[in-house]
Amino acid sequence: MSMKKFEELFQFEPGREGFYGEYGGAYIPEILHETLAELTRAFENARRDPAFWREYAELMGSYSCRPTPITRCDNLSRQYDIDIFLKREDLNHTGAHKANNVLGQGLLVRRMGKKRVIAETGAGQHGVATATMAAKLGFECTIYMGAVDVERQRPNVFWMEQLGAQVVAVEDGTRTLKDAINAAMRDWCASMADTHYVLGTVCGPHPFPLMVTYFQSIIGREARDQMLRIQGRLPDRVYACVGGGSNASGIFAGFLDDKVELVGVEAGGLGLDTHQHAARIAGHDACAGVAQGYRTYFIQDAEGQMRETHSISAGLDYIGVGPILAWLHDSGRIRFAAATDQEVIQAFKTLVRQEGIIPALESSHAIAQVLKEAPAMPRGTTVLINLSGRGDKDIFTIAEALADERWLEFLRRKVAAAG
Amino acid sequence: MLEDYLRNKLQSQPLLVMTHLVAGYPSLEDNWRMLEAMRDAGVALVELQFPFSEPIADGPVFVRANQLALQQGMNGERYFDFMRRAAREFEFPLLYMGYYNPVFRLGGQRFCDALKDAGGRGYIIADLPPELAVDLDVKAREAGLDPIHLMTPANSEARLREIAVNAAGFVYCVARKGVTGRQTALGLDVTDYLDRCRKATGLPIGLGFGIRTTEDLRQLKGHADIAIIGTACLEIWEQEGEQAYRDYLHALQKAAGRN
Repeated sequence: MSMKKFEELFQFEPGREGFYGEYGGAYIPEILHETLAELTRAFENARRDPAFWREYAELMGSYSCRPTPITRCDNLSRQYDIDIFLKREDLNHTGAHKANNVLGQGLLVRRMGKKRVIAETGAGQHGVATATMAAKLGFECTIYMGAVDVERQRPNVFWMEQLGAQVVAVEDGTRTLKDAINAAMRDWCASMADTHYVLGTVCGPHPFPLMVTYFQSIIGREARDQMLRIQGRLPDRVYACVGGGSNASGIFAGFLDDKVELVGVEAGGLGLDTHQHAARIAGHDACAGVAQGYRTYFIQDAEGQMRETHSISAGLDYIGVGPILAWLHDSGRIRFAAATDQEVIQAFKTLVRQEGIIPALESSHAIAQVLKEAPAMPRGTTVLINLSGRGDKDIFTIAEALADERWLEFLRRKVAAAG
Repeated sequence: MLEDYLRNKLQSQPLLVMTHLVAGYPSLEDNWRMLEAMRDAGVALVELQFPFSEPIADGPVFVRANQLALQQGMNGERYFDFMRRAAREFEFPLLYMGYYNPVFRLGGQRFCDALKDAGGRGYIIADLPPELAVDLDVKAREAGLDPIHLMTPANSEARLREIAVNAAGFVYCVARKGVTGRQTALGLDVTDYLDRCRKATGLPIGLGFGIRTTEDLRQLKGHADIAIIGTACLEIWEQEGEQAYRDYLHALQKAAGRN
């Protein structure tokens, strides 16, 4: 397969290393300069070593069910007279595409000879994935998580601790994902000699956006081959939800050179006119800025202070977006759209009932956008959706949104029994 | 320029004291009283931190101060007004200290114009590495401002020389790994590090991050030109009040003087 445009991501003009157009870069405290240079070198060496990718693919096969299958949504396809396929990243170990990134970085950490890993987490998925990797590969592990998220996502905190990770509740700022990233950066500023920061998405300073895209590209590489085999043709459109943008970057990477429309779906929250959303690009509510080590579109005020965001899904509730995606948007390669919380709940219910698949609320954004656009699609259109994660983790949020009385009764009984 | 001012001061005092405040925390009125105390103690140089919502290089004390200052309505207009009043009242030079995004949003030229107009003398930007600061630094020099750059103990010799290229005024040497606030143990490794920095630049050298005791200052004499004290000052203001803050600054200044 041709990966020309993907390979071009790794080429930089002199003096513009880590930049994609105006976006990206490494806006970091000087203390991290040599650490990021070391990481960039280690990543480049690994990338040029065919044995490294082989080791990675083998690990993903034996530990994380790769290659993940593609499933045709027979009932929805019939209803709209189009072909809808799902790339099943929900079937990865720990239930989401996050495993692709953490295991890749874990192998890199082993090559660099470091003994401790740290990570930020929002909903907890990346934290759990990192904690499993640390347990398997034998690293010490500290996870930074906003105090608000620790409250909201206790089950994931429970699993991280069971896996041997130390979970630090971050009390700064809005006490959510962005503050967890800041806290992890601060840890790294002191601990970098023996510690690697396993950043969970395609954001942050160079080389993270590129490195995470590289590991996640396993999704797109597989999906392209699978579509050709199953359907005999490439999809017309590929949809993926975009928080930081790692699952979208991964699936889009396989189709950059093809005549395939790529659609990134952001969190429309309570609606794009409310400011209660995280639609940086589709919401026209963000502008270029520099924070958390990189330059991209941020949701911020006129003076450059970050604003609060909202989404029903913790994984999309973030101020910035991957710089490679921002650049691909500006150059017209990716179209951005947004789905509201309400549309997402509807889409979630539709997929569960019609196809027997329980999607994560994050992934349900991509499904919602397809369901919105499907009635206007030409007959026979082939659509591929990246089902980035499974929805089991969202049981508390979804049961609350659906106001499921029997679930609430169950919680009351549990609380009483523990009381 | 700042360098001449510092060299001149260094003729009568072996070690200069630079202090810091977060503009708008606890309040601009308190900030003013801090500046008066700094003047009365004989502080040589002051950095006014413009608060940012994502202060990745700061420790818990300043993170909280940044956040509360913003909550209390600190913004660019108030910041530069405050700096302008302070520049008229006090003799010591004032520096902008902060993160890059507010500068980026304002635009490099407008930032330099606003800083110059407010009487500021230069800037320290915690998350803008020298290779990404080139355009801003050129504009600053045209405006007669000094871009202060940071060196760190993690840097290679080659990197220290790169940092020195566009540095002006003085070089801010970060004493240790990590973020602001935590105590630094000054030992032979720190003096070796300062010697490495000296080899890379002919500018005066300031040492900051975790400098807090009079003993620290006594040890720095002969190795650094400026002792930079940030978090410790704010902690004393918060925990012990204004008089203790004044006493502390006097003690620092005394320790920095000739014996």
